[in-house]
Amino acid sequence: MSSIPDQPTSTSDLILSGKSNGDELVVTSNAFIEEVPLKQTNLLRDAMYRLFRNKLAVMGLAFVLLLVFVAIFANFISPYGFDEKVPGEFYRSPPSWWFPFGTDNVARDMFTRVMFGARVSMFVGVGVVLVQLAIGITLGSFAGYFAGNVDTALMRVVDIVSTVPALIIAIILLAARGPGIANIIFALGITQWVTIARLTRGNMLSLRELDYIKASRTAGASGRYIVLRHLLPNSLTPLIVAITFAIPEAIFGEAFLSFIGIGIRPPQPTWGGMVAEGQQFLRSDAHLAIIPVLCVMFTMLAFRFLGDGLRDALDPKGNN
Amino acid sequence: MLRYIGGRVLWMIPTLILVSLFIFVLMHATPGSPFQLEKSSAEFIANQNRLYGLDKPLPQQYVVWISNVLRGDFGYSTFFKSRKVQEILLEQFPVSLKIGAIATLVAFIGGITLGVLSAVNQNGPLDYAGTLVATLGASVPNFVAAFLLLFVFVIVLPQTFHINLGFRTTFSGDPKDFILPVAALAFLPLATITSFTRASMLDAIRSDYVRTARAKGLGEQRVITRHVLKNALMPAITLIGPIFAGIGTGTFVVEQTFAIPGIGRYFVQSLTNRDYPLVMAVFLLYGAFLTVMVLMMDVIYSFVDPRVSLTGSR
Repeated sequence: MSSIPDQPTSTSDLILSGKSNGDELVVTSNAFIEEVPLKQTNLLRDAMYRLFRNKLAVMGLAFVLLLVFVAIFANFISPYGFDEKVPGEFYRSPPSWWFPFGTDNVARDMFTRVMFGARVSMFVGVGVVLVQLAIGITLGSFAGYFAGNVDTALMRVVDIVSTVPALIIAIILLAARGPGIANIIFALGITQWVTIARLTRGNMLSLRELDYIKASRTAGASGRYIVLRHLLPNSLTPLIVAITFAIPEAIFGEAFLSFIGIGIRPPQPTWGGMVAEGQQFLRSDAHLAIIPVLCVMFTMLAFRFLGDGLRDALDPKGNN
Repeated sequence: MLRYIGGRVLWMIPTLILVSLFIFVLMHATPGSPFQLEKSSAEFIANQNRLYGLDKPLPQQYVVWISNVLRGDFGYSTFFKSRKVQEILLEQFPVSLKIGAIATLVAFIGGITLGVLSAVNQNGPLDYAGTLVATLGASVPNFVAAFLLLFVFVIVLPQTFHINLGFRTTFSGDPKDFILPVAALAFLPLATITSFTRASMLDAIRSDYVRTARAKGLGEQRVITRHVLKNALMPAITLIGPIFAGIGTGTFVVEQTFAIPGIGRYFVQSLTNRDYPLVMAVFLLYGAFLTVMVLMMDVIYSFVDPRVSLTGSR
């Protein structure tokens, strides 16, 4: 490991060889690299290192992990049932030691309901992204791999879908199919896959011209093999970043739909629904609406910080 | 140019026909009928269906509906039975339009200003303020913004600090009543425009032609306003479509939060009531607005960027 390679071995070395900004000196000499202790590393470890140096991203990651934990174990760690009156039947009691987030209009523990709301939010977030990935990657792969006319036709479809305001269509679909978590996932997933499709297609279009793809094709690999084994794995990093931005979008979508009253049916607690229920008590018991609002806000901030951090970490050259 | 715009306006007709077909088919393909909620006999429902022409075959219904719409007649609401849809629209729509338009203006003017200021003072305090707004705005959706504004200005300030700025949770059309809803609506688009403008300003500032402009001795202000700004405005213009869509959907939440009697509230209500005529009218209106916005975007584009040729090769 002591020998100095001619080419930078990892992306962290690439930083040294820097991009010319016009007036800065481009450092490419091995002499400079020599002064930096070389550690064997790989892209993933490099990215992790950069991610964990970013304080905001770490905070975001911690919050997201907390959400995932709460979402999975809500029924084990919550003090009460989500549709159960607390002992003593305190109606709209303010936050206290016994009820950290207070109790709501029908004496249910808000802390419990927020936890179960997190479960709905995360479930919708992940579900919607899975639907988006399924549609987006499939269409994007076809467009990117075949290019030419197939690409033009598919991208025209994508253009049309992207001009249609997704939430309006989601509202109409949901009104047509009725409330419920599966319908929400369907409505949001089927309307918001455009970014993923564009991203996949763009990546594949640039990758398919590279030598290793040509080599693979010459060696007789099938189109399916090339897409699944070569193109898709190499398009993963931008997709990961896109996913971290798509999840909060979906969470907001669910909160929005539940808030306007066509999302998830009570008594199932969701953050948007809790805001709608608490709205009428805003004057006297503001915590009923403000706590779920803050939950939505912190979740979206956390995902955004994490997404920004991931983008910087996975793409150190700042190409995107 | 005029010919091009005329052509585009004509093209809006098939687009809108497609939109109308889409919403018509979707609304009629959904289970449930406008009269399902009423506790009435099957005969009554059949009579109602006949009255509204819902017993006819679907293609015929569509033709009747669309030809009435072309004459400006959207029919009677099936929920507010005695009222015509255009009456309801005329009553509710101006409020929504006013709030949406003000919010769009605030977002564009504020966003461009903030973006330019951050780019010109790169890494200065103004830049950090701009970045903060951009980050917060991008992750604080409109209904979070709406509730936080209500909470701070209607509850915390007057109740705890006894600072009453005169904001309230009701809406009477008073100019002051517009401030909070507009702020809630404009926050996210303002943030988006800020970050796009900042990025493209920074790109432009570093470009060769700006260096040339400086080298030939132009003052900084002239360089920024004449050379940088014009190019840096492009991304903000391309955002018109999505921002309009965002503000359009945002009105649902903001109207509900601030008790504004606008069309957004009616739209959701009429969807759950299966009020076909009203839903289809609002949807058509929305589609028409969106197509006009996209057209405006293209036209403005060609004015700002002479390289964009709308009429093809000249």
